[in-house]
Formats: sequence, structure tokens, C-alpha cells
Amino acid sequence: MSKVPVRLTVNGRPAEAFVEPRTHLADLLRGELLLTGTHLGCEHGVCGACTVELDGAPARACITHAGACDGATVRTIEGFGEDAVMAALREAFTAEHALQCGYCTPGMLVTARDIVLRLPEADEARVREELAGNLCRCTGYRGIVRAILGVLAARRAQPVAAIPSGR
Amino acid sequence: MKPAAFGYARPADWGAALALLAEGARPVSGGQSLGPMLNLRLAQPGRVADLRHLPGFAGVETTPVGLRIGAGTTHAAIEDGAVPGRTGEILARVARRIAYRAVRNRGTIGGSLAHADPAADWVAVLPCFAGQAVALGPAGERRIPLDAFVLGIFETALRGDEVLRAIELPALPPGTRWGHWKFCRKPGEFSKATACVLAVPGAAPRAVLAALDAPPLVIADASALLAAPADEAARIVAPLGLEPWRAALARTALIRAATEAA
Repeated sequence: MSKVPVRLTVNGRPAEAFVEPRTHLADLLRGELLLTGTHLGCEHGVCGACTVELDGAPARACITHAGACDGATVRTIEGFGEDAVMAALREAFTAEHALQCGYCTPGMLVTARDIVLRLPEADEARVREELAGNLCRCTGYRGIVRAILGVLAARRAQPVAAIPSGR
Repeated sequence: MKPAAFGYARPADWGAALALLAEGARPVSGGQSLGPMLNLRLAQPGRVADLRHLPGFAGVETTPVGLRIGAGTTHAAIEDGAVPGRTGEILARVARRIAYRAVRNRGTIGGSLAHADPAADWVAVLPCFAGQAVALGPAGERRIPLDAFVLGIFETALRGDEVLRAIELPALPPGTRWGHWKFCRKPGEFSKATACVLAVPGAAPRAVLAALDAPPLVIADASALLAAPADEAARIVAPLGLEPWRAALARTALIRAATEAA
């Protein structure tokens, strides 16, 4: 099948790739744009390792194919450097030993940021429910849950502004 | 885990979408069910027609008789309250438990219903409502009752040249009772048995039993189930020929949904 041009905004900058329509967004990001922070686990939408922000909300990069991404705005784990919420999550993940092998971490952080911003009152049960779509094969959930709960508690005490997504 | 090669088309209007279907293109909306099937090569369409950008595909309208939910409305929008009133409260509760938020952000109510996976949430829940699926074809729109839409596993009443355009539901009165039980060992995974009961004041309560590797079983008058849940659940499940563990889940789902709606 012939290749098609895909134009999108990635981490605030215009990007273009020339790919087959069957290429999924994660392969486009990793293989064409060399943004290898997005990880691939199951490649069928179950494990959550490839979760990125697509048009302002978390999405599975492995089951979003190239054609559908034309015109989209994407933020990968590499694009959160200036984001105060992500900075707080990075520190909390380090402090709580929420990274073990690190493979699930990019997807975990994108999901964690969504939890923090969308569900400011989330308790432990809700955080665990929301994390059900991100698998950690080191089974390190305890640290991950503690890190997210810590950021939620800190924000309830003193809110931090989030830099909004590109859209 | 890479799909077989396929072509991609993004129709600009509904006429172009129907023309693509006539040429054999596979319609796709959020792609959260079709996407995995493409990657696993369980589906190998020659071309997909992406409906997401069509005018009016997503969004909820209030009509004189109730609500019209665009087929492209995402589960996340419904979870966040896009559908008003008592109907919206019920749908929001269902939506929150569909897969995971990252999936709900892309997946759509119409895409899920038209895909007709027997374990899917809207396939189980929508037949409870006295509503209709709006199919758009070359001759215009036609309406299919929601309890007659899913005919089999991955099989619907849509014709090959039709797309699911919208779902029309009644606006339910405030006193409407609802019960819903879905058996998942892990939040977000496919259901092993789903039951729901809708009791609208002044009408016979309806129930659906679903996610049993078969099309949803609609119980048009669930009065007996509400009156004696355990006995009636056993009577409903007995003729289905399920394995003992699955029959137990089905009975329990019915009992819990009926108890919640009572």
C-alpha cells in the first residue's frame, strides 16, 4: 500500500511523516520522528505503555493509525518538560520508588497526570480503578499509587497550574 | 501486532461516506475495537472510511420525543455528562466502566454498538431503552428498534450500504429506576456477564442479559424478575445452556441488577 503524508503537531512543533496508512501512531512517533519515549507493550490497546496525549486527552498510540492522526495534536512524554503537574509527578515517582524497570512509566505518567487534573478528589480506590488500564509487570503499583496520591494531596493543599495541551 | 496493509479515506460529507461504503470500505469511528482487530489481523479491510470528522457525527440533541445522541459521541463525553437528565445519569454510570479512560476518550457509542461485540457495554445496555438506532443509507434515514439491532456476534441489522448515524433514546422521568451489574475480574476488561434492568414509571420494566457469547437477551416484561429475583433469574438462565460457572455469573448479575432497580 502506498505511503501517505501525515501532518501533525507533536510536542508543540509541526511534524510531517510519510508512512503507510497502517502505521500506528506509536511507530510513527518512534520510527519516523525518533521520539522513543513512547513505549510499546501489547500493541492491541490493553497494557497502556503507549499512552500519549492526543488532541488534549490520553489515548492509546498503538491502536490509533496514521491516517486518523492527520491534523492531530500529540504530546508525548518528551513534551511535558515545562509542565508543573508532570514535574510534581516525576518527583513523586522518584521519591516513592514508582519506577522499577521503567517500561510502563511514560504511559503511567500520562495517565497519572490525567487523574490528577480530571479527578482532584480521587481517593486510593479511584486511583487504582483509573490505573487499571496501565499494566506494570514489575507489579510496582504500590509506589505508583502512593506517588499519585501524594501529588493529589499536595495540590489540594496548594494548587499548581498545569500548562494546557496544544489544543 | 502490525496490521495488514489497508487504505485510508476521510470523507468530507455523508454522501462521500456512503459512496466509500458502497465501494466496500470499512467504516471506523474511534477505532478502539477495530484498531486491536486490525493489529491482530482479525480484520483485514482493504480500506477504512474514517467517520470521525463528519459534520454532526458527535454531539447530543434534545428532540420533541427525547434525545438524539450522535453515533460519534465518545464514551468519555457521556461519562462527563454530555447526555442530560435521568437518561444521562444512567448512561454516564455505564460509560465510566467501559474499558479505560484512554479508550473512552476515542471510542464512541455508535462505533461500539455497530461493532456488536457481545461483551460490549452499549450492546448490553441500550436494548433496555425503548429507543431506536438511526441508520443512514442511500435512501436516507431509517429507524431500527434498539432491541432488534444486534442480531448476532458482530452482526447487526445495518445493511452493507448503511452507517449508524445516531441513537435516539426517550428522556426518562426522574422516578425511573435502574439496576446494572457487570462481572469483570479486573476493571475495564471484557465482561463475563452483564445484566441491567430499567423500570420506567407506568411501563413494564425491561431487562437485558448480555455478554454471554451470544446476542443480548431482552426480557420485555421483567415484572417477575423484580418481584422474585432469584427464582426468576434461575428460570431465565436455565434454558441458555451455559457452563455452570457462567450460568452462576448470569444468575447473579440478574439478581443484583434487579435488586438495585427494585
